Amino acid sequence: MSEFFGSPQALLILVLAGFLPNEVWRTAGLWFGAGVDEGSEILVWVRAVATAILAGVIAQILMQPPGALAGVPDWLRYGAVAAGFAIFMLTRRSIFAGVVCGEMVLLTGKWWLG
Amino acid sequence: MSSVASTVLTLVLFATYLGIGALAHDSHFSLGWVLGSTLLVWAGPAQIILISTLGSGATAVQAAIAVTVSAIRLFPMVVSVLPLMRTPQTKRRHLVLATHFIAVTLWVECYRLLPKVPRERRLAFTHGLGCGLVAVCMAATTLGYGLAASLPPLFAAAILLLTPLAFLLSTARNCKQISDILALVLGIALFPLVSMLHTGVDILISGVTAGTIAYGVHWWRERAPA
Repeated sequence: MSEFFGSPQALLILVLAGFLPNEVWRTAGLWFGAGVDEGSEILVWVRAVATAILAGVIAQILMQPPGALAGVPDWLRYGAVAAGFAIFMLTRRSIFAGVVCGEMVLLTGKWWLG
Repeated sequence: MSSVASTVLTLVLFATYLGIGALAHDSHFSLGWVLGSTLLVWAGPAQIILISTLGSGATAVQAAIAVTVSAIRLFPMVVSVLPLMRTPQTKRRHLVLATHFIAVTLWVECYRLLPKVPRERRLAFTHGLGCGLVAVCMAATTLGYGLAASLPPLFAAAILLLTPLAFLLSTARNCKQISDILALVLGIALFPLVSMLHTGVDILISGVTAGTIAYGVHWWRERAPA
């Protein structure tokens, strides 16, 4: 069992650095969200902020890419996402078509660059 | 359960968690550890940050700070989606499990699917959807962990691109009001500017600013004489 989970120290780090930082925000959301009315104006604002923060996360992954994605040139990352978005709009918002197209552009571009 | 199978986002999640499993293997974490992270953390970007920062030798405190900043988005997501699944009889403690399941995928899927579900069954529906997605991702994590050694680097780059691509498209599909569209566009546009300040909470600053501007436009349009 200890081999499966690794050291207790690593699990402690998982809880402290992984689980708690996420759960704190979720619990705070539960605390505030449970009292908000579904049709209220503040929810429009909260949803706009959630969308904009998510947009920031998207921009951050593209600008400061993690791991293997950092090996892909900037223009190819932006180009792949732009192509995916264009196809998404042309196919009347098909996520599947957009994702497949973006990935194809990335793979073809990377293959072509060698 | 059919909702779990029918959504393209499940495929995206599956591939993302394949990547997370492989990343954990390459960073010398145990399988139990990474499965625990899928179950407990349940947020793809946070897990990638956690594994890559710890794997590159950063301290647990540095990793915790990076994860905390990335997780801020969960707060407005939970606040905005919980009212959809609540009935007048629902107690706060009934929502604890559903709250844990909320991450980007469940957030966008709740907006898409919950309106089709009778209100008194929405919480049960969310629990089912959340359990199904977690189960799929646990399987994907295990598979990715096992396959790690035989995955080419090109595949790893493709998997990492899935997250921003799927986040962008699924959020764009959910944009109904002008405020949502503006928030998405401004949020992407503002982040590069704010990130030049290197505050450490760039995402929070650009997100709150862009979201507030977007709401301001919505407010102004609602009140402007037609």
